[in-house]
Amino acid sequence: MTTAVGLRAGALVFVAALLQVVVVSSTFVFGGTPDLLLLVVVCVGLLRGSIAGAVLGFAGGLVVDFLALDTLGITSLVLTLAGFWAGRYGETTGRGRTGAPVLAVGVITVLAAVFGLVLHYMLGEPVVAHQALVTALIPALVLNVLLAYPLFWLVRKIVGERLALEPTAEVEFVV
Amino acid sequence: MPRQRSARSAALGVTVRRIPTTPLSQRSAGALRRRLVVGGLVVLALVLITLSFRANEGGSLSGVQSAGATVLRPFAVATDRIAQPFRDAYDWTESLFHARSDAARLRRENSKLRQIAIQNQFAIQENRTFKRLLHYVEGKSFPRDYTGVAAAVTGRPSGAFAQAIVIDAGSGRGIRVNDAVVSSDGSLVGLVTRLTSGWARVQLLTDQEAAVSAVDVRTRATGIVRHAHGTRETLVLDRVRKQDVIHEGDSIVTAGWRTNGLSSVYPKGIPIGEVTSVGQSDTDFFQQVQVDPYVDFGALDAVLVLVPKTRTVSP
Repeated sequence: MTTAVGLRAGALVFVAALLQVVVVSSTFVFGGTPDLLLLVVVCVGLLRGSIAGAVLGFAGGLVVDFLALDTLGITSLVLTLAGFWAGRYGETTGRGRTGAPVLAVGVITVLAAVFGLVLHYMLGEPVVAHQALVTALIPALVLNVLLAYPLFWLVRKIVGERLALEPTAEVEFVV
Repeated sequence: MPRQRSARSAALGVTVRRIPTTPLSQRSAGALRRRLVVGGLVVLALVLITLSFRANEGGSLSGVQSAGATVLRPFAVATDRIAQPFRDAYDWTESLFHARSDAARLRRENSKLRQIAIQNQFAIQENRTFKRLLHYVEGKSFPRDYTGVAAAVTGRPSGAFAQAIVIDAGSGRGIRVNDAVVSSDGSLVGLVTRLTSGWARVQLLTDQEAAVSAVDVRTRATGIVRHAHGTRETLVLDRVRKQDVIHEGDSIVTAGWRTNGLSSVYPKGIPIGEVTSVGQSDTDFFQQVQVDPYVDFGALDAVLVLVPKTRTVSP
């Protein structure tokens, strides 16, 4: 990733983190809120690879934790893994697939909610699985999936797509 | 994508796309770098979580968080200013769908409140007389013994794990952890749980950890207001004994208890919400009372932090 692309991607994630804390988290649509930062990190991971996804996920999460006066590192950890996983998917089996953004966003939204729940439980905070995995997650999942394509298109316009791709580490059966 | 070389697999009878050969050292170096970066970031995040979780209020990490929040604050304020017209437009459009039903409800409420206000005037006069006759001494009460520090809501944590808001006032304006927070119309919002010099995090009543001792204004039935599991903004009045009388439409306020030198962090008499349903079963020890909060927690844009006029210093 060149310096210019890195700066553009960093600025994009920073703006997404600001918007997430200041605007999106308090805008309820159908009883839920989309996770704009998660979406942007997943899109950056898909387009620019696992290292970019992980680093920018960590940085974006840290901005959210600072602004929300949350326990430092929690959002960073979740978004680091989300960006890394999206990046690996984009580098391997998801490469060139039309449905990759929707599939990655859908799966990572659910996994991030489950991982967040486990993390908060391990830290001794009272968490209600039904609230986190049903009441809040279902509308968030629908909204995230609806926003996946428009945001993927926008992020690709801003940060572009990685040109030098590593070979696909897979075996494809063509019947 | 150009298809790679293909070969017929004898065992499976299908065509297999082979992985193009690349130098092993190049691939393993890339994989190693990837693992080092993600591993390093995960370890760093875990260290931050551990330090942050174990840090005391006013500790070194609290200072780092305070400094970080202060640096990011102008960006958050600028984002808020830019987003405000769009948010107003969204709220205005959304309000159009409920305008007619809201107007009818408010007319009914207005007529009911007018009657209650007249009755209250008489009750206040009687109360003053009785207190004077009995030389009654009472604890701190809201709003007489508190100063309201006005603050704008600047953010919320993302995700469903914490119901909280961040406000743009902190210890620099006399706020301390455990100060009660009310909305602009005086209804209970929550409690200050974290603090920097310029910011404070307020735990909302809808958080899983929040619990407030409360009382039914009409019947004096007491209980604990908590968040109703599986809902976004509904509260329950828990621990209400079966013999206590409680009706739909009753107002619930903070109890503000005081015993053996200990006292509730919430001053007494702060409105919380209205009872929307009461139920009980033969097997339960307590009644099931659902409370609709007066505050719309999703639409908070400004709050008042109740700072005691005379703050008691803990030993």
